[in-house]
Amino acid sequence: MSTASYTYAVARPFNPTQAAGLVGVDGAAIHLVRHQDLVAVVSPLASADADETALRARLETLAELEVIARAHHRVVAAVAACTPTLPFRLATVHRTDDRVAQLLRREYRRFRETLDRLAGRVEVGVKIYVQHAGASAGAMSVAEKTDGYGSARAGRDYLRNRREQRDRRQHAWRRATTAAEQMDAVLAGLAVDHRQHRTQSAELSAAPGENVFNAAYLVDAGRAEELAARAQRLAAENPHVTLEITGPWPPYSFADSEERT
Amino acid sequence: MSPAAFPAREVALVDLLDRLLAGGIVLAGDITLAIADIDMVQISLRALITSLGRTTRSGAAEPDQ
Repeated sequence: MSTASYTYAVARPFNPTQAAGLVGVDGAAIHLVRHQDLVAVVSPLASADADETALRARLETLAELEVIARAHHRVVAAVAACTPTLPFRLATVHRTDDRVAQLLRREYRRFRETLDRLAGRVEVGVKIYVQHAGASAGAMSVAEKTDGYGSARAGRDYLRNRREQRDRRQHAWRRATTAAEQMDAVLAGLAVDHRQHRTQSAELSAAPGENVFNAAYLVDAGRAEELAARAQRLAAENPHVTLEITGPWPPYSFADSEERT
Repeated sequence: MSPAAFPAREVALVDLLDRLLAGGIVLAGDITLAIADIDMVQISLRALITSLGRTTRSGAAEPDQ
C-alpha cells in the first residue's frame, strides 16, 4: 500500500524510545526522518487520503477535524515534552519521506534558528471574558409584556430598556478591554514574545460570558507558572472580568518567525 | 507538565484550533491545502457552531445587533 507522509513537527534529535508507541493521525505509528541534527516527526497517511480533495473533505467534517487535530496535538505535545520542537501547521503532507528530507535540507537554517528561539520555552494561553449578567432576561420580560397589551408606553419602555441594556454591555465590554490591555502589558513583560488570537465567539467557547481577549505568551518553561499565577492575581483584583488560563502548550503560536510582529 | 496554576483538564477544541489552524510553521507540502485561508476556517467553525449548538446551554446571551 502506498502512503504519503504527514509531518507534525521538526525537532532536535531525541531518544526514539521516548516516542515508542506514539501514534498519530489514523492511529499510524510515527517515525523520524533525519537530516544532520534535525528530525522530522512523520507518520504514514493512506494515499487514498493524500490528495487535496480527500483531505479537505475530512477536515471540513467537524468530527474528523477534531480527531485529526487531537492526534496532531498528541504527537507534538509528546515530542515537545522531550526535545526542542517546532510544530507544523495542521495537515502538512508530502508525497514521500524523501520529500520531507528535501524539506529539511532546504529549510535547514530556518528550522535551526527557529528551534534555537523556541528551545526551553512554552506557550501560555490567557483569555479574558466579560459577563453580561441578566442582559437577555430583562429584554425578554419587557418584550413579553409588549406582546400582551402593545401600548405606546410598553413600546417606549421596551426601547429604553434595550438602549440601557446596550449601554451597559458596551460599558462592561470597554471596562473589560481596558483590564485586558493592562494585564497584557504586565504579562508581555514576563514573556519572551506574545501574540493575540482572534476572540472566540460565545457559541464556540464552553466558558460563560463574552471573550474580549485571547492571547498567547511565549515564556521560558520555568516561568510558565509564574506568568499564570500573575494573570490570576491581576484578574482577582478586577471583579468585572473572568480569566481562563490554558496550557502550557508547545509553542504553536510562535512557530512562524515570519509572522512575528 | 501540569503546574498548579494550570487547569488539569482536556484541551478544548476551540483553543486547539486557534493554534493548529492559525499557528504552527507553514510550509508548502506536496499536498497544498491552504488550510489557513479564511474560507476553510469559517467552514470548520460553522460546523463547530452547528455541532456545539446542540449540546451547550441555551441561555447564552445573543450578540447585540
